[in-house]
Amino acid sequence: MNELITFPISKLQSLLSDREVSPSEIASAYLERIEAVDPTVQAYITVTPGVAEEDAKAALNRLKDGGTAPLTGIPLGIKDLICTKGTRTTCASRMLENFVPPYNATVMDMLNSQGAVMLGKLNMDEFAMGSSTENSAFMKTRNPWDTKRIPGGSSGGSAAAVAAGECPASLGSDTGGSIRQPASHCGVVGMKPTYGRVSRFGLVAFASSLDQIGPLTRDVTDCAILLEAISGHDPRDSTSADMPVPCYRDALKEGLKGMVVGVPSEYFVKGLDPDVENVVQKGIEYLEKQGASIREVSLPHTEYAVAAYYIIAPAEASSNLSRYDGVKYGHRSSNYANLMEMYQSTRSEGFGDEVKRRIMIGTYCLSAGYYDAYYKKASQVRTLIMQDFKKVFQETGCHVLATPVAPTPAFGIGDKTGDPLQMYLSDIFTIPVNLAGLPALSVPCGFSKDNLPIGLQLVADHFQEETLLQAAYNVELMAGCCNKLPEIK
Amino acid sequence: MADITIEELEHVAQLARLSFSKDELANFTGQLNDILGYIAKLEEIDTADVPPTTHALQVTNVFREDRVEPSLPVEESVANAPQEENGAFVVPRII
Repeated sequence: MNELITFPISKLQSLLSDREVSPSEIASAYLERIEAVDPTVQAYITVTPGVAEEDAKAALNRLKDGGTAPLTGIPLGIKDLICTKGTRTTCASRMLENFVPPYNATVMDMLNSQGAVMLGKLNMDEFAMGSSTENSAFMKTRNPWDTKRIPGGSSGGSAAAVAAGECPASLGSDTGGSIRQPASHCGVVGMKPTYGRVSRFGLVAFASSLDQIGPLTRDVTDCAILLEAISGHDPRDSTSADMPVPCYRDALKEGLKGMVVGVPSEYFVKGLDPDVENVVQKGIEYLEKQGASIREVSLPHTEYAVAAYYIIAPAEASSNLSRYDGVKYGHRSSNYANLMEMYQSTRSEGFGDEVKRRIMIGTYCLSAGYYDAYYKKASQVRTLIMQDFKKVFQETGCHVLATPVAPTPAFGIGDKTGDPLQMYLSDIFTIPVNLAGLPALSVPCGFSKDNLPIGLQLVADHFQEETLLQAAYNVELMAGCCNKLPEIK
Repeated sequence: MADITIEELEHVAQLARLSFSKDELANFTGQLNDILGYIAKLEEIDTADVPPTTHALQVTNVFREDRVEPSLPVEESVANAPQEENGAFVVPRII
């Protein structure tokens, strides 16, 4: 095993700037690693050695000429719902199996302009709908810590690839926990930025008022580096925030004197796995030892978040996914006699069961006579959930909240596929954050008795990513769980 | 809320442009009723005076001048089309 694949971005940066290693050598080390372990882990839908070689050459020229950026020569994996010009973008769906985007997502343009190197496109739940990556139409990604278990989802490929040393960092997307939950299950850092912090242009839409792209990395420093690279206003996404992008790395200071950490009692409920509870309690102690003061708080509408989410997200999805009609791109059935049948056969063949389930829920909730009872009601509950958070941040004076990420460590492959509702409830602690548009991350904090990684979720007020990173950095220093490579078997 | 019936679900499937076999519909009906049963817990909360939120952050319309800007060439725009002819999407006859 080449030791290059064990280094975080920050270490690779100094090796590159000292000319101790070239971008091609780093990319080759990762491509070899992918070849060695991906038949087991199955994180990549598409590996792109050709693109990586071109990108690495360009990066080498930049290193020679000067004019480098923080990500010049750094290889990355990209969740397969972020449009990559010339490289197929499948959303892990039969519907888009052969779709080659004619343009880049804005985040890809930003990474390219820094000279980053793309290694390939990562597996996920189809159209980002799921919590285990078992809903991919192509393959089941394994948790590198225990290959009989799921990596989490929907960004399961993005988390597993980082954990297995198949890329130093990756991009994922988070609509209801899809970055944080797999990050927790795979022992990597994963952040969902504030809604609007990162452009969604070229991110295949699932639920547009909740979706956000974010980084998955080996440690908190890398999270800051990658977040800074993809943040900023984009005229092509009118919901992106026109706010300055701070130097996030500057936020990584040791010590938390003056920081107030809220612990919401509603997140420590019956059914919370004792190992998870233990690790989260330790995380809270770490924050306290680093100088923060701990305060118990209440978010009284927490128990309604999953119900509200499973109206709002499917409603938006049913509208967004109406574009897959077999006309402009994607799959078209060959089994039809008229236009209506073409639509129906195309969509029924192209979508998997979970996607169909959510389109059906969304269509039902928006259909005549049900709109007020479902969509309007859920949007009102969303207001109450947001107000709960605003209160603890603005009136109670909390800077961050510390909670579990998921109720249990990674569960077994196949354990929850028969019961959609049980699968939905595994996102109980991450969903409220998306409804409120807040930034949150999962930082590796400890292990279960079975040696499965467990993350601590930290949540901050809108656009307070620096506070979040500072708190996470101090947890990382105390817990010492980042940058660990499991033995894959 | 009353349980959703197979007939109602067939109507929703039609609206969503999806088709299902009888077995699939029966399976989906059970699952959807579980999910809608869970969602019904929202009825416990009085929301009479609560305004709805559709976006977490205050967003306003973003305007720009209506100017022609460079866009994708036709060939690239239709490159992914299942059926294409002379730069146009080919669809089944509708009239």
